[in-house]
Amino acid sequence: MAAQALTTTLDRLRKTGIVNLIGLALLALVGIWLVVNFAKDPTEFINVALIGLTNGTIYGLVALGYTLIYGILQLINFAHGDVFALSGLVAWSLIVSVLGLDKDSSVPVIIGGMLLTLVVIMVLFSIVNAGIEFVAYRRLRRAPRLAALITAVGMSFIIQNVSLAFYGVNFHSVPSFIPRTEAIGIGDVTYSWNKLSALLITIPVLILLSWFVRSTKQGKAMRAVSQDTEASAMMGINVNRTISVAFALAGALAGAAGIVYLLQFNMRYDTGFELGLIAFTAAVLGGIGNLTGAVLGALIIGFIQAFNEGLLWFTPGSDWTRTIVFGILILILVFRPEGILGEQTPEGA
Amino acid sequence: MTTVQDRLRSYGPGALIATALIVLGFLYPKYVESLADLPLLGDFVPALSSMVIMIVFTMMAVGLNIVVGYAGLLDLGYVAFYAVGAYTAAWFASQQFDQWTFHFGAVGIADSVPGIHLSIWIVLVMAGALTALAGILIGLPTLRLRGDYLAIVTLGFGEIIPQVVRNSDNVFGFDLTHGTFGISPIDSPGFGSIGEKLGLPASYQQSFQREQWFYWTALALLLFTVFCSMRLRDSRLGRAWIAIREDETAAAAMGVPLMRTKTWSYAIGAFFGGVAGAFYSSFRSGAFPADFYFNISVFLLCMVILGGMGSIWGVILGGMILGYLNVAGLATFGSKLQEGGVDFDPTKYQFGFYGIIIVLMMLFRPEGLIPERRHKRELELGVHDTPFYDVMHEGADTDRDMSND
Repeated sequence: MAAQALTTTLDRLRKTGIVNLIGLALLALVGIWLVVNFAKDPTEFINVALIGLTNGTIYGLVALGYTLIYGILQLINFAHGDVFALSGLVAWSLIVSVLGLDKDSSVPVIIGGMLLTLVVIMVLFSIVNAGIEFVAYRRLRRAPRLAALITAVGMSFIIQNVSLAFYGVNFHSVPSFIPRTEAIGIGDVTYSWNKLSALLITIPVLILLSWFVRSTKQGKAMRAVSQDTEASAMMGINVNRTISVAFALAGALAGAAGIVYLLQFNMRYDTGFELGLIAFTAAVLGGIGNLTGAVLGALIIGFIQAFNEGLLWFTPGSDWTRTIVFGILILILVFRPEGILGEQTPEGA
Repeated sequence: MTTVQDRLRSYGPGALIATALIVLGFLYPKYVESLADLPLLGDFVPALSSMVIMIVFTMMAVGLNIVVGYAGLLDLGYVAFYAVGAYTAAWFASQQFDQWTFHFGAVGIADSVPGIHLSIWIVLVMAGALTALAGILIGLPTLRLRGDYLAIVTLGFGEIIPQVVRNSDNVFGFDLTHGTFGISPIDSPGFGSIGEKLGLPASYQQSFQREQWFYWTALALLLFTVFCSMRLRDSRLGRAWIAIREDETAAAAMGVPLMRTKTWSYAIGAFFGGVAGAFYSSFRSGAFPADFYFNISVFLLCMVILGGMGSIWGVILGGMILGYLNVAGLATFGSKLQEGGVDFDPTKYQFGFYGIIIVLMMLFRPEGLIPERRHKRELELGVHDTPFYDVMHEGADTDRDMSND
């Protein structure tokens, strides 16, 4: 009966607001920690924050994919992270083997090649992702929700092994044809071209997405379906097609994220698993189903990770990154399940 | 009054088959060598040590089945319980804490050896209890969440615990887990000098039939798990779990306390994971952080799904099949392929195969190989799996008929 006693205690605490107080106290501690770190070495702090910005944009692109699908199907598409990893690896093939970009390529060739890669990968992986939905999830529309979730876990393993079969266990990286030299620099604060490229790719993609969801007919249909599937079907919206479009969009975003990631880091078949989980945490942090929230949550997670790995004063370090990120996930679900921007729903999560 | 014969009759042929299987199982060490001599098939017969591993993982799957199959709570971090069990054994039956020397019932080691050495039988119970406590602690903040969120949070715990284990070699100067090296050696089970007089081995590790004794113990533990699992299913608690799985709203309305019932399923499911983990680490004589990764959780889940969620015999079958493929089958098959001149290593892609099994089962036979009758009807007729609050909020969206879209 210890369990029961603890449960009722926790309930009582929740009602008196002590749980919220603890949450605020934790936030205050993080705030103090950041301020002290900033005061100790402002330049380093800003440099680290810029790394966080770059990582955050990548997480944001992946988190949008999770949040889009969750908004419509209430499905955590586990396979999404692995689609991201596969897209990055295919982009690697395209850049290295087909286009042959390297350090000596001229600037127009690099820009043209990157645009081409971006278009090809985004189109290809929108098809792949919509195909995954068609093969694996469509039959399960009326099955219990857990059935679809379990299937998604299975798909994640399948896609991971497809990557493994084609790309082996080695890490892949592209030659640094985008210079790591300074693009913007104020004093000791620097931002390299390499990192800037992440923003140069992400921001237009986000603007396009936002335009699509807000202004096109298909985007409106998507929002309608996520609000009320039944009513939108009655209003003549083709629900199945709308879901396919959402998966295609998510796939395209994962493709873009794969390319951005590849330009910064090296990747292999299982890169997508952990990054997918981090991105999902970001989506939950922002309020799942909320597109702006996903990007905001991703930036916060990106900063937290960078601060944890880069700052010096009382920092746990990269050994603990995973624990911190998942700890955040658990804390959000306990303290504020609707996320930062999510609406208060009666479900409790 | 029902006589014993009546009761036996009421079990039907199932009881006979089960008894025959148990007897065959216990005699396995006696005929495994002659089986291995068979032409062609002989290479595919699992050795005793492989059988021990298969049984341990099946035991974990039966434990997971309590959470996933009975109560319908998707747990993607079961490996955390395995880890807690394994490290409990490592703490209380090894030289890890060599600043203290404490012996109680330990066998096969001299009394002067430093460290905490309890008898493995006590350690197994402690591991179960500690893991159940861990299950309650993990469950309390998370069990009120919706099914899919719960899955993610359990996954989060499943990822956190191995990392904590890996990094805890210097907790404020105290070596708790020995970091990435893990803790090894761990003491072996045994019956000491008293058991020796009865013809039982004093210590398994020093016995000439080491594997045989580990095998029999593993089988006994599995049978114990299966027995508890069956009795629990038919108990008041078990019926409450199934009621929650079928319809949370209705269960709550009929007075089933949701949180307490779910927490118990977590605690009990965790208990068996902990015992299995502790036994396994004693068998391997070590606990290593590299063993506890997400794939193991999915592997166990795959056993439950393949066999049939909620169906004990199904889970045992699924566990033995997948356990066999994992431990021996795929490797043997791969070497046969190599001999045949095909350059393909199936062990490399084993998790891909498990993924394919999961997806195919969910799409075409969601009730599993040996379906549980009740669960099958649930899948055929459809039930509300939308939990309590959802129904009030957005209507039961499992009711909708998408074929008219």
